[in-house]
Amino acid sequence: MLGIGFYRDHVTANLVTLLGLAVSFLALLMVVSWIPRQVTPLIIEDQYAFFYSGLILAATFLTAMLSYDYLERLPGDPEEYYLLLILAALGSVILVASSHFASFFLGLEILSISLYALIAYPRSGERHIEAGVKYLILAALSSAFLLFGMALVYAKTGTMEFTRLASQAANAEGPVLLAGLALIIVGVGFKLAVVPFHMWTPDVYEGAPAPVTGFIATVSKGAMFALLLRYFIGVDVVSHRSLFLAFSVIAIASMFVGNLLALLQNNVKRILAYSSIAHLGYLLVAFLAAGSFRVTAVTYYLVAYFITTLGAFGVITVLSGSEREADDISDYQGLSTERPWIAAVFTAMLFSLAGIPLTAGFFAKYYVLLAGVGSALWLLVIILVVNSAIGLYYYLRIIIAIYGRSGEKRRSPAGGISMMGGFVIAVLTLLLVWFGVYPAPLVEFIQKTAGLLG
Amino acid sequence: MILLLLIIIPLVGGFFAWLYGRRSEAAPRWISLVSLLIEQALVIVLWFRHPASGIGPGAWFADLQWSWIPRLGISFHLAMDGLSLLMVGLTAFLGIMSVAISWTEIRERVGFFHLNLLFIIAGINGVFLAVDLFLFYFFWELMLVPMYFLISIWGHENRTYAAIKFFIFTQLSGLLMLLSILGIYFVHASNTGVYTFDYFSLLGTSMAPAVSFWLMMGFFIAFAVKLPAVPFHTWLPDAHTEAPTAGSVVLAGLLLKTGAYGLIRFLVPLFPEAARSLVPAAFVLGVIGILYGAVLAFAQRDLKRMVAYTSISHMGFVLLGVFAWNELALQGAVMQMLCHGVSTGALFMLVGALQERIHTRDMNVMGGMWERVPRMGAVVLFFALASLGLPGLGNFVAEFLVLLGSYKVSVVATSFAVAGLVFATVYSLWIVQRAFHGKKRKEWAISDLSLREMALMFFMIISLLWLALLFWRSLR
Repeated sequence: MLGIGFYRDHVTANLVTLLGLAVSFLALLMVVSWIPRQVTPLIIEDQYAFFYSGLILAATFLTAMLSYDYLERLPGDPEEYYLLLILAALGSVILVASSHFASFFLGLEILSISLYALIAYPRSGERHIEAGVKYLILAALSSAFLLFGMALVYAKTGTMEFTRLASQAANAEGPVLLAGLALIIVGVGFKLAVVPFHMWTPDVYEGAPAPVTGFIATVSKGAMFALLLRYFIGVDVVSHRSLFLAFSVIAIASMFVGNLLALLQNNVKRILAYSSIAHLGYLLVAFLAAGSFRVTAVTYYLVAYFITTLGAFGVITVLSGSEREADDISDYQGLSTERPWIAAVFTAMLFSLAGIPLTAGFFAKYYVLLAGVGSALWLLVIILVVNSAIGLYYYLRIIIAIYGRSGEKRRSPAGGISMMGGFVIAVLTLLLVWFGVYPAPLVEFIQKTAGLLG
Repeated sequence: MILLLLIIIPLVGGFFAWLYGRRSEAAPRWISLVSLLIEQALVIVLWFRHPASGIGPGAWFADLQWSWIPRLGISFHLAMDGLSLLMVGLTAFLGIMSVAISWTEIRERVGFFHLNLLFIIAGINGVFLAVDLFLFYFFWELMLVPMYFLISIWGHENRTYAAIKFFIFTQLSGLLMLLSILGIYFVHASNTGVYTFDYFSLLGTSMAPAVSFWLMMGFFIAFAVKLPAVPFHTWLPDAHTEAPTAGSVVLAGLLLKTGAYGLIRFLVPLFPEAARSLVPAAFVLGVIGILYGAVLAFAQRDLKRMVAYTSISHMGFVLLGVFAWNELALQGAVMQMLCHGVSTGALFMLVGALQERIHTRDMNVMGGMWERVPRMGAVVLFFALASLGLPGLGNFVAEFLVLLGSYKVSVVATSFAVAGLVFATVYSLWIVQRAFHGKKRKEWAISDLSLREMALMFFMIISLLWLALLFWRSLR
């Protein structure tokens, strides 16, 4: 249904892409009264899927707008870029709506394959190619793991539908099923870039073009997490000892490794890469919580994370020049005196990542803690708290650079900021502050849509 | 409505200060000054309208409640009693002082500076007025960010280190408090089925002693870091020393008071049983704070750092007073909060004025300046005497009341705390001795306090005397 909406846009210009995305978004609103319905055993279109589809489409829309200027500055043809972007979005939309292993895998592969090309899209640079190849090899490997895991689970339970899997899993214990689940977790964990499957993240983040990095960080991870949540919502993670333990270890390791390694970086994109690892760890804490807050907490966090991450990479994008990107901390030295508005926006984004009030990130973190405390996961929430204190340090480093005296080396970033880029950033900042000051409508909305899943 | 204005005025003022800061340097100063004067006027109106409110917590006379995130039981709920009124009054007063003292000190990014300053004031007012626990936490965090900027942009040599340390300490402890807030929220919900963060509903929540103790510890750590109590104090000397003068005034005068306020308003009423079990520990920490702060103050070369350490010592009395938890000690603690705010604020202003003139804070370089700057010397002497607790001034009343109150609880602790008063005498006079008397190390060619500075000091002195009178009256 949505797929048709996409394939019609087999055209090349930016505007058509945007239009297509907007139409799909509107289509979502129009068909909202027909849901929930099962479209073949593969796809389920319920409130939850619709919410995440909307989120993905909106994020893709903004990414496409941001990419426009970025591509203008690159040599070569920019047209296929949009095709790939839309394909990736399609894959993600399938992922969030899938209720079957087959559609899960299909969506994942559509997403991944478009991403390989997107990462290496500026063919000129060595770094881009390297990042693309790295992603290709590791993603292929993880897909293999995932497939094998699915096969094992299928062999044990005899079904590939999530709903039936959940009921089967409850009474079919055993090493084979567990191994299958473990392999699936490896595959999923790779996509989410949680420790110990995180190795690709910094290199890919650094190598990919800034708008694509934003896309990977938000859409790809968000879609995967939405799927994970749907898959495990039936299986009560908290009561399943070994699963709970596995996810807890992953969450704790992600938080610590992400935050500690981020301390050592000097490249803003790498810092954001490690911080995203940590953020996924925070998300897993909410994921592990039982009860009514879980889905809402995860969804709210993802929305805030989408806004913030897109905003941060948006800033990097608009500040990037044609030769290289503004990704070193020293590029931000003294930004506040030269471009006070952009500096303020970037500061807001970083504060949101750190979870400081008046930004969406604050409520997101609060929500995760709420869910965690609600299920008495004391160890996890205390580790989360300690980690957000560690995390502060590297966010503050960037902020100090921004407000420091502008000094020596200031040769990079390009001239003015284009209308489109500025517009995207302004919209994101407004959303950030709105959800940071008055989140009640969003909370209501999430509870009415995605929250129904729990 | 007037409560909301108390928060909105500095926010709006700060925004306009920033907006006009690009056109002229003077505009933000005047805008900030005017908005804070309005603020002060509002407080005075409230003061005269509710004269019998006293200083103790509990008699609420203003209330404002809006729904904010109803689904989670969070509301925008402000209320004011005598305690909040006094604290808000102190905030406005020291706010005016810090704008005025920065008049010549801050020359860079004036607009942004005043934006931050006024946002801190707004955040602090929010902390003093919020009676929804979530809202309280919101403001509690909100005031940190501008303070961080204040230190990290306009601070002295080692500002980055100090700013980050300050931020991480307070943020971490704040998050622990958030966990406790969430804990009490869920305990209350499981008792009654109502999910709410409202202070008045959460009062008297019954819980198992162990739960109560751990939840209280979350609050205690947050407030102890802010206060600061001894093992959590290490951010303070750095932050105070490196901050610009206005930053130090706000830190010492107001930010530390939010910790004490939190103890009085939230910790003890919410967890009365658990707080009682903490009394011995709190007494020990309080006494250690008093003595340790005093000894370290005495050992400093850096004048500003020295004043910072005296804060630790003085706030030890507040901890003692709060946990003695009887009428006398509590009054003493509140009094100490106010008087320490004024006297230490004044000392920081004087140190700042001195640094603006001689470009150093090292006491080994100073000496023999009295004859050049007699007015400054006299004012410093006055506040040094105030700080050592000279009878007749507010600080004396405060410490005396605290000691009277704590004597009923523990004679040993009180005896040690009294020794702190002796130390206070030594280090306070030491300031005057080393900086203004003593051997003249060089020919000082510096100007005495200007008319503006004298006027500020005049207000500070008056308010300290007035506080003393006020409290003697209220005791009767």
